Parts: sequence; C-alpha cells; structure tokens
Amino acid sequence: MSETKSAAAPSPAGLGRGRGLTKARNVLVSLFTNPYNVISLVSIVVLVYLIVVPLGEIVGTTFRWQPKDSRLVEGAVPGAFTTYHWKAMFSGDTARAMLWEPLANSLSVALCVSALSLLLGGLIAWLVTRTDLPCRGFFSFLVLVPYMLPSWYKALAWITVFKNERVGGNPGFLAAIFGWSPPDWLAYGFVPTVLTLSIHYYAFAYLLISSALSSIGGDLEEMGEIAGASRLTILRRITFPLVLPAVLSAFILTFSRAIGTFGVPAFLGLKVNYYTISTMLYASVRNRQTVQAYILSLVLILIAVFTVYLNQAMIGKRKSYTTIGGKGTRKNLVSLGKWRRPILAALVAFMVVAIIFPVAVLLLESFLERDGIYRLDNLTLHYWAGASKPSIAEGESGIFRNAAIWRALGTTMKLVLAASVIATFVGLVLGYVISRGRKKASGRLIDQVSFLPYLIPSIAFGAIYLSMFSRPRLFIPALYGSLGILVLISVVKYLPFSVRAGTSNMMQIGTELEEAAMVEGASFGRRFRKIVMPLAGKGFLSGFILIFISAMKELDLIVLLMTPATQTLAAATYSYAEGGYHQFSDAVITVIVAIIMIVYVLAAKIGKVDMSKGLGG
Amino acid sequence: MSRIEISKVNKYYGEVHVLKDLDLVVEDGDFMTLLGPSGCGKTTTLRVIAGLEAPRSGTLRIGGQLAADGEVSFNLPPAKRGVNLVFQSYALWPHMTVFDNVAFGLQIKKAPKPLIKEKVTGALGRLHIAEFAERYPSELSGGQQQRVAIARSIVSEPRVLLLDEPLSNLDAKLRIEMRSELKRLHQELKTTVVYVTHDQVEALTMSTKIAVFFEGRLVQADTPKGIYGNPVDIRVADFIGNPKINFIGCECSRDGDTMVVDSVLGRMALGNVASRNARFGSIGVEPASCGAASILAVRPEHVHVGREPSPGAVRCRIYSALPAGSETLIQAAVNGDTIMAKVIGQAEFGQDEEAWLSLQQDKLNVYDKASGRIALGALA
Ligand SMILES: Nc1ncnc2c1ncn2[C@@H]1O[C@H](COP(=O)(O)OP(=O)(O)O)[C@@H](O)[C@H]1O
Ligand SMILES: [Mg+2]
Repeated sequence: MSETKSAAAPSPAGLGRGRGLTKARNVLVSLFTNPYNVISLVSIVVLVYLIVVPLGEIVGTTFRWQPKDSRLVEGAVPGAFTTYHWKAMFSGDTARAMLWEPLANSLSVALCVSALSLLLGGLIAWLVTRTDLPCRGFFSFLVLVPYMLPSWYKALAWITVFKNERVGGNPGFLAAIFGWSPPDWLAYGFVPTVLTLSIHYYAFAYLLISSALSSIGGDLEEMGEIAGASRLTILRRITFPLVLPAVLSAFILTFSRAIGTFGVPAFLGLKVNYYTISTMLYASVRNRQTVQAYILSLVLILIAVFTVYLNQAMIGKRKSYTTIGGKGTRKNLVSLGKWRRPILAALVAFMVVAIIFPVAVLLLESFLERDGIYRLDNLTLHYWAGASKPSIAEGESGIFRNAAIWRALGTTMKLVLAASVIATFVGLVLGYVISRGRKKASGRLIDQVSFLPYLIPSIAFGAIYLSMFSRPRLFIPALYGSLGILVLISVVKYLPFSVRAGTSNMMQIGTELEEAAMVEGASFGRRFRKIVMPLAGKGFLSGFILIFISAMKELDLIVLLMTPATQTLAAATYSYAEGGYHQFSDAVITVIVAIIMIVYVLAAKIGKVDMSKGLGG
Repeated sequence: MSRIEISKVNKYYGEVHVLKDLDLVVEDGDFMTLLGPSGCGKTTTLRVIAGLEAPRSGTLRIGGQLAADGEVSFNLPPAKRGVNLVFQSYALWPHMTVFDNVAFGLQIKKAPKPLIKEKVTGALGRLHIAEFAERYPSELSGGQQQRVAIARSIVSEPRVLLLDEPLSNLDAKLRIEMRSELKRLHQELKTTVVYVTHDQVEALTMSTKIAVFFEGRLVQADTPKGIYGNPVDIRVADFIGNPKINFIGCECSRDGDTMVVDSVLGRMALGNVASRNARFGSIGVEPASCGAASILAVRPEHVHVGREPSPGAVRCRIYSALPAGSETLIQAAVNGDTIMAKVIGQAEFGQDEEAWLSLQQDKLNVYDKASGRIALGALA
C-alpha cells in the first residue's frame, strides 16, 4: 500500500509557485498526515525512550564516578568518566565473590539445564509425535502445564521436601517422616536449581522439537524408504538434519532464559550463599550497590545477546523463532512394542513429579500449624482462613482474612489485566506497522527494537527500570511505588511476544482488504476499527491469554520494583518465604496455580487458544 | 466526463522499474483491457489509476481533473477519484455480510439508510445475488463472491470501474457466463471500464480497446480488431491468437509502392504499402523500413491448403492433420519450415500426403527482425 504518498490534502502544482516548493509541501503533508508514518514515528520514539535510552543510561552510569564514590575512593569526581567500576568488578578484591563465582554458577546451571531440558523435552516430543504411545493428545496438553506455572514454585516444593538442619527452622518432609537429613548438595544450590529449572524449561525443547518433528511430512520419510534406506539411515539422513535447527534453537533459547532466571536460585541458593549472577544482582540492589548491579545486568545482557546471536548465526534468521509450519500428514508411528507400558508409566510418573507432587506438597504444608511436623494434631486451617492469633506467625491472619493478601490479589488482577490488554493491543498496532512496512526501514527498525527486551533478563530489566523511573522523567512522573511502573515494565518486557503475535496476526489480514476500504473512502481509524480489529480478534485472544499467564506468575521482573503497597501475589509468596512463613507462601502459591490452571484450561478448551505459541516468560 | 489520460508515467518498486514512460488514453465509456503476460505491470497500472500507488514521474488525469503528478509528489486519495476497484482476490471483508460489504462505502459517505438499502438491493439484484444479502462471504461459491465484489464496486456509481483479472479464479463455464454479464453491465452502466487480464480471448471478446503490455512498456493500444489483425510488434503478434501465428523468415525489399518478399514460400509482391500501413499513423506507430532480415507473419486461418496446384501455391507435405469438429488444424512442411493452417470443416488429409499451400496475401504482416517492429501491415 502506498498511502505513504497519498496525502490527505495535497495540492496540484500551483501556478505562481515553484514546482520544487509544491513538491516539498506535498511530501511533507503526506508524511505527517499519513497515519502509517505517524504511528511508526511515535512507536520508534516511544520504543527508543523505553528501551534504548535506559540501556544507554546504565552503560553510561557504569563509566562515571558516583556521588558516594568520592567518600570511598580518592580522586573520584562525581560525574567524571572512569573505568574504575569495571576494573574493580572484574579484578578487584571482591571480583571473585561478586562476579566470577556467580558467573561460573550461572553458566554451569544454564548449561546443565539446557542439556537436561533438551534430553527431557526431545524425548517426550518424540514419544508424543512419533510413537504409538497411548493418550498422546492428553500428554501434549499436560506437558506444557509445568511451564505455565511459575518455575520457583517447584523450588519451594523442593525446599519443603529436602530441607535439612543447615538453615535452621523446622525439618523438611524427608527429615520429618524418614528421619533422613539430605546432604547439603541435594538440598540447596546447584543440583536442585538445575533439576527444578529443567522440569520447567524442558517445555521449550518440547515445543520446538515436537513441531519440527510433526512438520516433517511422512512423505519425506516414505520417500527415503522407497529409495531403500534403512530406518536408521532415514533417521540419520532425513529426520535428524530436519530437526537439528530446532534442537540447536531449543538449546540456545533455554540457555538464554536459564542464565538470567532469579526465583529458583533465590529460593534454593541465597540461604546457603550460593549465588548466581541474577541473585547477586538482586543482593547488590538491596545493598544499594547500584553500579555493581548495573555491571551484573550488562553481563547478563551480553550473554543473552551472544546466545541469541549464536542462534541466528547458526540457524538463520527466522527459523529459530517461528517453527516450521506443520502439515500433519499421515505418519507411520513407531511401535513401542513391549516397552509401551513401561514408558507410559515412566511418563505418568514424570508428570506426577513435575506437576502433582509439588502442588500436593505445598498444599499439605499449608495445612500444618508448625511446618515440618506431619501429624494429624498439627493440621490447621489457620493459614488459609484463621483469625489473627498472636501465637502463630506473629499474629498474621490466614490469607482469606488477610487484607494485605486481598489487596495483593487486587493488585495482581489489575496488573495482569492492564498489562495483557495493553501489551496485546500495542503488539497489534506495532504488528500492523511491521507487517505493512516489511520493506521499509521503519518497519524493520520497529521489529528489531521491540525484540530488544528479549535480550534483557527480567531481573536486570527490573534493576534498570528501578533507577530510571524512581524519579520524574520527561512526561513521566516518578513511578516507583505505583502500579504504573509494574504495568509499564510488564508491557515492555512482553513486547517481543506480543509484537510477534501481533505481526503474524496482521500478516494474515491481506492489505487488499484494507485497500478495498480505502477506495471506499474509509479513513485510517475507520479501517483499523472496522476491518483490521475485527479480523484480528482471534489472535488477540490467544496473545492476551499468553501474556496474562506470564504476568500472573511473574516474579523476576517485579521483585525489585514492588513496594508493600504494590505487592502482587507472586511477590507476597516471595516475601513470606523469605521471612520463613512457609505455610503462607504455600497457600498463596496455591491460589496462583489455581488461577493459572483455570485460565489455561478455559483458554485451551473454550477459546481454542494454541498455547504452543507461548514461548514467553 | 471520465476520460483517463496517463502521460509519461514511471513507477518504481524500490529499484525495480515497473512502468516505463507509460502513455495511455482511455476514452469516456471505453471498455479498455490491459493485456500482457504475468508481471508486465498491468496490476500496477490499475493501482496507479486507483490511487493505491503513486507514480514517480508523469501525470494522470481522470475526467480532466489532475489525479496524480509524480514531479510534485501529488496524489489524490483513491476515494476522491470517483473510481472503484475489483481486486483479483475479491478482497471481500470476511466478517461482514454481503449486504454490509456492499453498503460499506455508502455508509462511509453517510448516505441515508433507506437510500443505502435501495441502492444495495439494486446492485445485488443487478448481479442476481439478492437472496444472499445476509450471508457471509465464506458461505458463497467463488462465482457468487465474484458477483458480490462487482456489486460492491458499482453500488456507488463510480465514473471509472477498474477490474483486476476478475474471472481468473472461476472455472471455465462460469468464466464464459460472466464475460457476457460484464459486457452487458458495461453497456448498462455506461461507465468507463479498465479491465486487466492475461487471457487474450477475454480481451478480444469483451473490450472496445486493448492495451498490450510487455515488461512495463505499453506496446500497442488499439481496437481488438487492430490488435488481432495488425499487431505492431512481433511480441504482440506472438502473444495474440490461438493457435499461434506462423512466423517465416524472409528477405524483403521495396519496389516503388510494392514490397517484395522472398521466403521459403517463394517470392511475393505485396502491393500498395501506403494504404496497408495507413492506419498505423492514427495509433501513433511509425512502421520500420524493411530489409534483408525480416519476418513474415501469417495467422493459421489465412493459410490455405489444397489438393490441387493453384497460382502462387507452393508444394508442401502434410505433417499432421488434427480435425476438431468445426475446424481442422493442419501442420504442413514446406522446404524445411513447418506452417500451421486452420481450415473450416473436416479436411481429410493423410499423413505425408502431398498438398499445395498458399497465403491470403492481404492478411500478411511483415516485421523487421532486429527491432521486432511492423514494416508492412495487413489490410483490414
Ligand atoms: N509491491 C511490490 N514490490 C515490489 N515489486 C512489485 C510489487 N508489486 C509488483 N511488483 C513487480 O512489478 C512487476 C509488475 O507487477 P504487476 O503489475 O503485478 O504485474 P501483472 O499484474 O501484469 O502481472 C512485477 O515484476 C512484480 O514483481
Ligand atoms: Mg496482476
């Protein structure tokens, strides 16, 4: 569409005036009256302001002396350029504790999680798409459930089961029931972090590999058979090369997500001084070591940029994010034979461990008056519905009677609804600009800038916005402590997903449908309302649901930004757990899980929303 | 009233030069068909007329009013041009009923409700789809969707109706039915129609004028008869006509007002060059001078094949004879060349039979081989 040039009020060449002048006027008028250009311009300015400027600012900050440095370091002039902070971070006295050890931990966790997730996800993907395993449809629904729930709720469950006396307090489930106190390596730190994260992130690998597997038409393999290749040759020469990009993508994407994750290592590591970059970043912010926190953020961002770059370089630009569209042709399923039942049992067991067990453990614990004591006379409803009792939890009343929790529920619903509605709508508008401007520099620029938040791990994003918006800025009042900042950061952070959904949605609406309305004289606003929006409806719903669920379970992004007044349910869980009130956090997380599951099931059953597009959060 | 005047229009997509110095006039009330192979710029021309694309240079006038001027980046919005467009894909809005699809433009113009109802019902009735008013496009067949798209484009009574390959998605039977329907519609509405197709039969049967495009250049704008009988370019001659026109290499020379042509068919003296080439002046074509490397073009129906020798006939051998009911296609070998003849009725020739072949000399066209331009036209 060339609305670029069809101005609202252009004028033919005037007689008295120079043609050059008329041309300039016509070009300018069309530039600024054309809605496409106006939206592009506004989008670019806003995106740059919300994403690029903050990034630039934190980079700048790390290269300048800070006011408090003048008291600590001789010769420091606040505001002047320095590489001191970077040098101190990378080679100073504290470098080992603040950077290198957490970095080593982050890298090893991310690598192991990626490998384990790939193994789990790939295996399940193969079982579900290529074998005669019973109830495959049901499993394909179920395998995504762990991913829909917060990753850190598995960490909470782990602690509840494996806790030993190291951190004090009451014993864990194993210690209490079997009198066996698990060793530290099993209870805290590396091993449980890797295991719980893998049970979460295997969904990436599952989604990518299963869609690659099901997109390989049976005919491709049958052609191989006709050509006389053996099953193994077919697997090696046809199937594997076709799935390889998905496998690499899954590995790299899992890595880039796992490296920045905060909740799980926080629950499993902080108490035993096992730090990753993300938890160290959190601690730095809490200790007001802002510059250190920024440098850690940048380290995380650089790693994420590098991995995504690697992905692009190895797999080619688009394939890594869009899955190869499947035709679902008839396939010869591999018969599992006598292994059918054992494998089914193993898969069911895995689902129980990944989904039911953590929920059950936390639910059970929420009914214990004193945690760690699994006796009938210790059962209570206090943490759910009890009135304040000075003898329990310093007089905190059960969550259903607790004004703070109700407020958190209100905040959460407001945040989640606002963020998902706004993000989806923004995604639609940007998707429109991108899809209609694919051949223009503006469209590509918007596409790329809106992808940037993907490269900024949530916790680092929170740290950046914490400093950016704690004071008033151009057009924006000080947002810290308001719901506004939580909505803003959520919208921006989910932009890569909402914009991708919006773009693919818009791609399906042919430009001719709009041009037909243009010929009839419909204005841009009218076309958007009457043609584009109604046709985008279905995609709107699935984008909305995905962001709704991501925002509902979000902890990493907002943990640095929320205040008691703007606490969400997820944040309430975190502060209860931090304060040792396990039953409260168990009860709250159960509520979160219940809400997510209800939305997930409703969306899948009623809205027919395809969750497999949800590589978010 | 709605004469369209395109002059010196150039259109680029990025660096791709799509329309090259396009000059085309569509007279008021014409049914002008843009014809040419896929990718030659027909749709682009239509979109420039509609205002969906802006030319880089050149001007466009509709009904005397300036609609686009590339030099000053002036481009009148589509809705202000009094044109309407039927897209190749129909572009029906899938979320609106047939009625709403057709009524949309009138609603935008804030026409009163009773008037909208009357006009929409009228347009639907005219295209025989009144009973589908409350259906959605997806509940209609391809042919019915096509009618809705046309109804939508005529309901606001545009001065100019633009149609982009409207019949290309229909099956053969429907296509023939819609051809006569569209022709009738044009006569009833008395609007100017610009019609895009790559189907020559469609162009020849429906149009009052045809503009033939090759690679972004207008090669000939003429009546269907002129296009068929006097293609001014060898590519046009090749593109139009089924079975294809015969090309025979020849040498030619001028002898006063006569052109002497030597080929495998012997020597022919084609008389009165001035009158044969007279009509080219009126369509703005300058005939090429003829020379040693020329090409003789003759349509199969102007080739006669007989059992008996006759004056001017050359001996040939029947390569194949393909009777097809009302006509027979004959391939004949003459001194190493193969020539296709179309004779009416059932001509019974056996394979390899000897026969005599002659050409209807006043229907021959001669082209300059190097430029492909016409050197000698046929008599109408
Ligand atoms: N939006 C576009 N961007 C770039 N090139 C285009 C675009 N539309 C058409 N073209 C190119 O312009 C040429 C003419 O296209 P078009 O007018 O659609 O041809 P036709 O309708 O005769 O088949 C083709 O070579 C086509 O590839
Ligand atoms: Mg076309």
